Formats: sequence, C-alpha cells, structure tokens
Amino acid sequence: MKTNPQTSRRLLLGGLALALVGALAFVALRTGPLAPVKVQVTQVAKGRVTPEIFGIGQVEARRSWLVGPTVAGRVLGVQVDVGQAVQPGQLLAEMDPVDLDQRLAALDASLARAQSAQQAAGAQVNDAQARRALAAANLKRNEDLARQAFISAGALEARAQEVASATAGVAAAQANLGGSAMDIARLRAERAALAQQRDNLKLVAPAAAVVTAREAEAGTTVVAGQAVLRLMDPATLWVKLRVDQGRSAGLAPGLAARITLRSRSGETLAGTVARVEALADAVTEERLAMVAFDALPAGTAVGASVGEMAEVTLQLPATAEHLLLPNAAVVQHEGTTGVWRLKDGAPAFAPVTLGVQGLDGKVQILSGLDEGDTVVLYSQSALKPGARIAVVAQLVPAGGTK
Amino acid sequence: MISLAGRDILHGWSKYVLTGLGLGLLIGVTLTMAGVYRGMVDDAHALLSNSRADLWVVQKDTQGPYAESSSLKDDVVRSVRGMPGVAAAANVAYLTMQVQKDGQDNRVMVVGMEPGMPGAPGYLVAGRHITRNHYEAVADVKTGFQIGDVVRIRRHDYTVVGLTRRMVSSGGDPMLFVPMKDAQETQFLKDNDAIVNDRARTAANPAFNRPGSPGLLEAVQGLQTSSRSVNAVLVQTAPGFTPEQVAEPIRRWKHLSVHTRDQMEDILIVKLIANSAKQIGMFLVILAIVSAAIVAFIIYTMTMGKLREIAVLKLIGTRDRTIAGMILQQALGLGLIGFAVGKVAATVWGPAFPKYVLLLPGDAVTGLVVTLVICALASTLAIRVALRVDPGAAIG
Repeated sequence: MKTNPQTSRRLLLGGLALALVGALAFVALRTGPLAPVKVQVTQVAKGRVTPEIFGIGQVEARRSWLVGPTVAGRVLGVQVDVGQAVQPGQLLAEMDPVDLDQRLAALDASLARAQSAQQAAGAQVNDAQARRALAAANLKRNEDLARQAFISAGALEARAQEVASATAGVAAAQANLGGSAMDIARLRAERAALAQQRDNLKLVAPAAAVVTAREAEAGTTVVAGQAVLRLMDPATLWVKLRVDQGRSAGLAPGLAARITLRSRSGETLAGTVARVEALADAVTEERLAMVAFDALPAGTAVGASVGEMAEVTLQLPATAEHLLLPNAAVVQHEGTTGVWRLKDGAPAFAPVTLGVQGLDGKVQILSGLDEGDTVVLYSQSALKPGARIAVVAQLVPAGGTK
Repeated sequence: MISLAGRDILHGWSKYVLTGLGLGLLIGVTLTMAGVYRGMVDDAHALLSNSRADLWVVQKDTQGPYAESSSLKDDVVRSVRGMPGVAAAANVAYLTMQVQKDGQDNRVMVVGMEPGMPGAPGYLVAGRHITRNHYEAVADVKTGFQIGDVVRIRRHDYTVVGLTRRMVSSGGDPMLFVPMKDAQETQFLKDNDAIVNDRARTAANPAFNRPGSPGLLEAVQGLQTSSRSVNAVLVQTAPGFTPEQVAEPIRRWKHLSVHTRDQMEDILIVKLIANSAKQIGMFLVILAIVSAAIVAFIIYTMTMGKLREIAVLKLIGTRDRTIAGMILQQALGLGLIGFAVGKVAATVWGPAFPKYVLLLPGDAVTGLVVTLVICALASTLAIRVALRVDPGAAIG
C-alpha cells in the first residue's frame, strides 16, 4: 500500500497529541490532590502481647554514709583517699581537738590533787580518832576521881564535852574523807566524758565500705553534720528506676529486668525489681522502683559508677491470646480512637478500645474489630471516610529513601 | 472544507511541535513557581493540621509557638485540662536544630510530644509509633532517615522507629518527633563544658557557697540544670463547644494567650511567611508577563515567516476571516501543547524540589485559561499584520 507522506505525518502528529493528552490525564488523576491516597494494609490477627515497661534510672548505692563531725571544728587530718576500701572501726580522719588535751591534763592534775586531798582527809580522820581516844581516856580517869569526890561535877562535865567534841570531830573528818572520794569520782567521770569527746573527734568507718568522696582536707573548718568523707558499700549497687506513670501498669517487686548501663551500651545485665517505692514523683509524673543487679557488673573495683545512667526494661508476663494490631494503624479521628477499616475497598472509621501495648508496638484490640478485618496500617496522608485509596505492598521502599 | 491551520501545521510540523515544547517548558516553570507558593502555604497548613489541635495555649502576650518563642511550665497542661470544654490537652515543645546524618548536617524541627495526644504524628508510612518514653524517634521521610537509624541529638542517641510524611515546620523543615521529656532536656541542656563552667561560676559566688550552709551549692546547681518548660499546650475541644468558648476562660483565668485555628493560620500565613510568599508572588507575576511576551513574539514571528503564503492566499481570494481563523487556531494550538507539556513537566520535576511543591488542579485550570487568553491576544497582533499584507506581494 502506498502511504501518502501527508497521512503518515498526520498519524505521527495525532500520535504525539494523543500521547500528550494521555500524559496530561495521567498527571491530573494520579498525582496531586486528585490522586488516590496510597495506603498499606494489614489484617487483624490474634496473638500475644508481652508487655514491657521501659524506664531510665541511675545507679545508686543502697548503703552509703556521710562521715563527719558532730560538732563544728577544724579537720586535723584525713587518713584515707577516694577509692580506698576501709574496714569497720578504721580511723578515717580526725578533727582538731583544740584544747581538749590540755583540759584532760588539767583534769588529770585535779584528780591527783583530789587524791592528795583524800589522803589528807584520811589523816584528819586518824587525828580526830586519836583525839577522841585521848578524850575518852581522860573522861574515864575523871569519872573515877569524881566517884571518890576528888574533882567537881563541873570538871567531869567538861571532860564529857571533850569526848562528844572529839566524836563529832571524827564524824566530820570521815565526812570529809567521803567527800573527797566523791570529788575523785566526779573528776574521773569528767575526765571520762572529755576522753569520750576526744575520741568522738576521730572519724571511723561505720562498716566495710569504699571511700567515694573526700570533701574536706586538713585545715578545713566544717560545721556539725557536714561530710568530710563519703562512703558507700559497692556490693549494694542498684538502679533507681524512673517509669512514666502512664506506662507503669504492672510494676511490681520481683519482675525480671534487663539493665543496660550507659558505659556498656552493648551489654545487657540481668536484674530484679527489689522494691517499688511507695512515693511517686508528682512533679515528673514518674514512679520509682529499685532494681537490683543479679550479679554485679564486673570489671573495676566499683563495677558501675554511682550516678551512671541505665536503661531498664522490665518483662511482664505475656497476656492471653487476643486480637492484635500494630500501633501505627491506630489513629485519632474527630476525637475518637479507632482504625480505618476497609469496607468494599473504601476506608471506614471504626472506633476501637485498646488494651495493653508491647514495646514492639503491638497493641491489643479489645473491641471494635473482628479477626481477619483488613485495616489501613500506613497511609500517605490523613484519611477521610470514603477517600479514594490505592493499596500498595510497601509505601516506603525498604532500605531506600523517597 | 479543509482546515487551513492543520494544513499549515502539517507543512512545518517539526518547527511547530518544537516551539510548543519550548513554550511548554516555560509554562512549566510558571506553574512550578505557583506550586512553590502553594507549597509554602500548604506547609503552614500542614503544620497546623498535623498537630490536630483546635487551640494553642502559649505564654501570655506571645504569638507562639511557631511565630514567636513561648515558654510555659509543663504543669500548666493540668490546669488547662480542667477547664470547661477541653477534651484533650498535651504539652508540646519545638526546637529547630541541625542533626547529623551520614556526616552531613540536616536541618530538622525536633518536636517533643506525648504519643497519641495532639502534637503527635497522626499517620505513619512505615514502622511504629513511639512506645518507650525515652530515646525513640519518629522521623519525616524528608529527613532521609530510615527505620533503625540512630540519630544523635545533643548527648543522647535516638533510634528511629517510625516514618511519617508531610510533617513539616512552617519553614518546610522536616520534623523529628521525640518523647516530651527528651525534648525538654534537649531544649535546655547545655553542652558539658558550659555546665562545668556554670558550676564553677556558681561555686565562686559566695552567696551560694557559704561555709556555714553545706548542701546549698548542690541544691542551687541541681536547680540550674533541671528544665520544666514547654513551648505550648495543644488543646482539642469537646464536641458542642466552639473554640472561642473554650479559649476565653483560659485567657481570662489562666492568664495565658490562646490562639484558635483561624488565628493561628492568620499568624502563620499572613505574618510568618508573608514576605517570602510575596517574594514568590512577585516572581510569579514577572514570569507570567515574560511568558505572555514570549508567546506573543513567537506567534508574531511565525506569522511573519509566512507572509508570502498569506499574500498568495489573499491573491486567490481567501476571505480575511479564514486567514485570521488560521492564525488564531495555530496560536491556541500552540497554547494547548504548551500547557500540556508544561503541566507534565511541572509534575515530573516538582518532587525533585527540596521543599514541597503543591500543584493544585485549580491553579492548572487558571493557567490553562490564562495561556489561551494570552495566545488569543497575542494572535491579534499577528492577525493585524497578516490582514494588511498586500496580495501583490505574492507575485512582486
């Protein structure tokens, strides 16, 4: 067949025009606001959620001590340094006694003097007793004389008075002796008290521990109660866990925990919830729990630094089998929580009630859906009821960016 | 009856098609420019829609959180929740920052939000929502992050667990959603050197470091590093309440500024992006004028090129109407080809732009009408020349 060049040109132009119109139609309908929303769907299926609680915390020592003086004073010397292990009763530091030693010496002197005074009082007792014996002998002799009427009754009475005086003198001397003994007891007690105070200036370790801070050096003045040294027991390290109150359901002592220390981010340490604090933090809206290490992190003498951050995941028992959905499918629409369920190819909003959610993003659907329902998992934009959609296998190509 | 215009086009079709193609690219640029403007406005709308809020509660006498900075204490949300007509209220924190990705700085807007509450991403395109209350992130695909990527923000590493789309700031920066507490920390956390220096500075201040009061210095320093501020509280109103009904008591009794959706749009579109929008609009106007001029010149020169043929047509007694129709049809055809090519071209290269380009069908229709009107107007110039041709020129 002979083709007219005009006809072929016409065909060519017509083809071009068609292609252009086709491209235009495609562009108008498949892109921009008129295009269907691409979505990725999933099926509602049954399964188990293993809910977990996640929180962050700080490593703390269960037992730690602030060692400091009970009265204000100046530090005389600090015997131990940070990191050193100490035994109970070990001398850690000493406060300046100022005049306590001199006052002890003064008390010692007073004591010696009191002892001398006691000896003098003893001698006075002997002296008084000798006087009384003499007076008694004199009275006896004068009584004989008076019986034979050699002396007057008045002279005899004078002798009797001498005996009474001498007896009183003995009693007085004995009382003096007793008083000086009391004096000694008092001085001894005072000395003991002073010695106790002197001992109190020695800061000793209350238990086997490790020194964590040395806060004052010799010559520093500290007030009563201020720490000179800080100690802790490294065997009692645990994690003070903070969990968001809203996601802390099921937090209980005894739960198994996986602890990741910030210094060893690749390592997971096993632990157990030792205690759930009765007081929650009202300001940060968090609950507090103490998580003990099953085995202390090995490595250095102090396995983990106090104050170090740790991420803790607590494993809760798996729930019974239930309808599950990824949480990405759950949306808020006009103030209601629900999912976009596909009905005859068009999305319809189905309100649902949610149960517990696992950290992997699976969430329990308590009501609102049936097993096998197809719901929108991912969508390119927010959906509206009855919106035109195009279901695709994968919205974002794996490993590639759009 | 044969189509004079069709015949003429067939005669020099390659020239005609190429001219149409060139014109199309020019129209494509104009349409794209309109798309850039629309995209800019849409970014602002997307920011408001995606936060799913009816009211924005911000610091008193500010127009935050997008147009101005605003700072609220994070417990304000509790008193707002108790106000009449409030269905849901959530804290939100915004901060724009550079995030490293493959050694390159990536500008993102970090959003601190509470999952499931206003402010959180409404839909995802991959992955899952945040389930931990620390160190997880949902990123906009424009950030270039993928699921499982680790993002370092200040001193913490965040794992990207979900991807979303069209979540942008008013400036078009893609968003990175992180849990509220992390965002608060990030926003006010200084680098370690600054913290150490601050501690030393406080310790050097005798008012805070008195020998007689141990513990005071630690207390002051603890206070300095804690942060309890957020940028805004997003509120959803309960059914049956108008936004203004809910906003008024909060303004009056809580002494805070409250913006409704309409006011927010006003702030964003009229105030925040006004200048850049005008800039684009100016450019668009100039581009449209230049395009019109070029179309006119093309049609004019096209006609001038075949004056001789027109003279012949006149000589054989063709009516003026037929000649004018031919030129007009050709001009309109050129316009149609140009528009179609331009629309396709704009759609093809639109997604390659770093910021969002929104090509609205309405704009396209306007563009088509304007193109055809310009073509028709431009052809009148050529028609006038054609009609004045002396038929004698054909043989002279």
